[in-house]
Amino acid sequence: MLKLLVSRFLQGLLTLFVLITLTFFLVRLMPGSPYTEEKAIPAHILERMKAYTGLDKPLPVQYARYLKNLIVKQDLGDLIRKDGVKVSEVIADSFPVSLALGLASMGIALMVGIPAGVIAAVKKNSPTDFACLSFAMLGICLPSFVIGPLLAVFAGLKLQSINVAGWNSPTDWILPAVTLGFINAAYLARLSRGGMLDVLNQDYIRTAKAKGVPGRKIVIRHALRGGLIPAVAFLGPAFAGMISGSFVIETIFQIPGMGQHFVNAVSDKEYLLIQGLVLFYGFLIVGANLIADLAQIALNPRLR
Amino acid sequence: MIRLLTTTALCLCLFSCQKESQVDKATREGILLIGNSADPKSFDPQVVSGVIESNLNRALFEGLVNSHPSEDLTAAPGVAYELTPDETYTVWTAKLRPDARWSDGIQVTAEDFRFAYERILTPELGAKYSEMLYFMQGAEAFNKAQTKDFSTVGIKVADALNFTLTLRGPTPYFREVLKHPTWNPVPKHMVLKYGKIGQIGNQWAKPHRLVSNGPFRIKSFRRNDHIEVERNPYYWDAKNVKLNGIRFLPISNTFTESRMFRDGQLHVTYSAAPDVVDYMRKHDPASLRLEPYLGTDFYRFNTTRKPLDDVRVRRALSMAIDRDSLCANVYRGFEPAYAITPPTGDYTPPRGAFFDPEQARKLLSEAGFPDGKGFPRLKLLISNREATQPVAVQAQWRKHLGVEVEIEFKEWTAYLLATQTLDYDIVASGWIGDFIDPLTFLEIWSPGNGNNNTGWDNREFVDKLAESFQITDPAARYDLLKATETIMLNEAPIAPIAWRGKNYLLHPSVKGWEPLLLDNHPYTTVELVPQETKRN
Repeated sequence: MLKLLVSRFLQGLLTLFVLITLTFFLVRLMPGSPYTEEKAIPAHILERMKAYTGLDKPLPVQYARYLKNLIVKQDLGDLIRKDGVKVSEVIADSFPVSLALGLASMGIALMVGIPAGVIAAVKKNSPTDFACLSFAMLGICLPSFVIGPLLAVFAGLKLQSINVAGWNSPTDWILPAVTLGFINAAYLARLSRGGMLDVLNQDYIRTAKAKGVPGRKIVIRHALRGGLIPAVAFLGPAFAGMISGSFVIETIFQIPGMGQHFVNAVSDKEYLLIQGLVLFYGFLIVGANLIADLAQIALNPRLR
Repeated sequence: MIRLLTTTALCLCLFSCQKESQVDKATREGILLIGNSADPKSFDPQVVSGVIESNLNRALFEGLVNSHPSEDLTAAPGVAYELTPDETYTVWTAKLRPDARWSDGIQVTAEDFRFAYERILTPELGAKYSEMLYFMQGAEAFNKAQTKDFSTVGIKVADALNFTLTLRGPTPYFREVLKHPTWNPVPKHMVLKYGKIGQIGNQWAKPHRLVSNGPFRIKSFRRNDHIEVERNPYYWDAKNVKLNGIRFLPISNTFTESRMFRDGQLHVTYSAAPDVVDYMRKHDPASLRLEPYLGTDFYRFNTTRKPLDDVRVRRALSMAIDRDSLCANVYRGFEPAYAITPPTGDYTPPRGAFFDPEQARKLLSEAGFPDGKGFPRLKLLISNREATQPVAVQAQWRKHLGVEVEIEFKEWTAYLLATQTLDYDIVASGWIGDFIDPLTFLEIWSPGNGNNNTGWDNREFVDKLAESFQITDPAARYDLLKATETIMLNEAPIAPIAWRGKNYLLHPSVKGWEPLLLDNHPYTTVELVPQETKRN
């Protein structure tokens, strides 16, 4: 177990290093620069600005400086276009919001998706199964930029207590969490239905049935553990994705989360912010995958 | 599960019967809720340039003059209670009011203005908009580091409350120029407390410690969520400020913004998309505002590429655009543009661009492309995928000239880069004036200007423009500028398309918010009057 942990940890570090390096050079291959603006910046001003941020130096020098600051000072650097704002400030301000929203959506996804999948599997080919499957198909097919505005118009505008957008009152969580949760619930429902069907056909379940174990106990005690393995494998990366924010959800519901920075940083050519976000996201993914691996081992004795 | 759902639904219904909308509450409290598209790039007014920042700066800072609440070409008094030019409009004397204070109670002095101008012009600071101060004698040379002696720049402080500005030439419209936020003072005592004069990234303007001299001061800031300003008790005219505060919301998505407006979360939106305009026309016309704006949509032609180096081809393309039809069917609230400069005050731009398909075909044929035969397949570069107007122009060129152009989309910075490096054939562009005067639309076409981006270079145009800098009489100056603009339009390095409108939503409880060409409403005169509102 410890050996596995150590090896996974080292793999993670290597992944992050490759990630930083690739991102560093890829973002600089994009056309334009942080200083490309609608009203051209006069040449003599541009020179000063580049000298200030060090973007006038050759790439290897910039890369070495970035790595040095990152490793020695744990400093992700400053924003280029926004005066005196640190990359870490942006992440520290927005991540808690995304984390809160991600956890709420995750709760909804788990509470809706897994029961729906399990019930569908147990009542295979029944109207309940078809209902669950159609619901899941709907969630997978309808993108968030369709569900979000629909919810905002039909729930937000109609119910006075729910705002169509914003992040101030506790009810402001409902619409974005439902939108994000619904989509993930749909995936979870399909995965857990599939997983459960596999398990329910296995010999040990038949044995349990033959021994006269009650149906509910078979599902909860014996089948669930194996049946949820595909869903758990999906949950790791999905969780990292959910807590790191969603551009679409955040712009539809005006939430000060992290997702919009992923997109805006790219269009603004905010190099250090992109690098910082990618590194942070990479860190979350590596961490979440590690936890998902451990959870799978806990669920599946054959992996031990 | 069912019980849980029922309880939740019940709770929601209960909630929904009680709460007053955010707008009603804010109206009661005197807080204006404004959609402002994004967070400012900085709170330091001297290093920023955009509309978003300028909306915020108008609340926080005040210059020598203010914008007038309802008249475009009138200046309301600001920190200066008197601002008088000499008879040549070259030397301007400012007398500051003794009761003007920074938000920490310290007096605003002539030295704050001198310091501010020295700072924005200091090359080390790299202020992007320092060009706005080139109206002052010697400012350009100092900003371009040709001299290190600031005393060569045309500002002389007489005493704590009096100073004179010497300009590079007669500038009868200087009050309009002074409305631009780059001319506002900064608190010398704060800037120097946190760094040197030319230091980039000086932390004096961090929101929690920002000291300003406008009607409002910062109350709270949460990134990507809101900026709230409250009354500045030290403001010289504080007793006449009607609002208690303003909340700026950085809502980037225009549809989210209009939903928030309809849900009673905003008094004023930053914009209204064409679809929203159509919807509001039907459902809530009283809240919809379509107002003229000091901006122009136009197409740049790359005059360094064949066949666009031929003036006949450029004119033909321009003449084949039916601007009336575009404005009636595609745009909302825009006016057909027959020149680059929108009509403002006494300036009537020349009718240099017009729809004449027959003449267009003739010109194209003279250029060697009868009925569009042999005309290369040019690309029309755009950056807004949703805009329908390039498709309409594409169809008009096909119909009237038999010319086929291809629409090419590029992401914003790639689009800007292509424009600025002349790596395009035709590009859909826009320009927003910095102040109300034709100069702000004409000077960009000088060959050395960083915003020309067409490769067009015309001696006569440059000479005439330079000549206009020396004219004192406003009417004679306008005549000369009109002649200058005519030269440009005849040469057609660009095809004007439409004069922009400002489309947005305004809650009926907001009073004193009148149409202004620059959309630079002084917040001091805005008032919130509670009334019956309905949510739809």
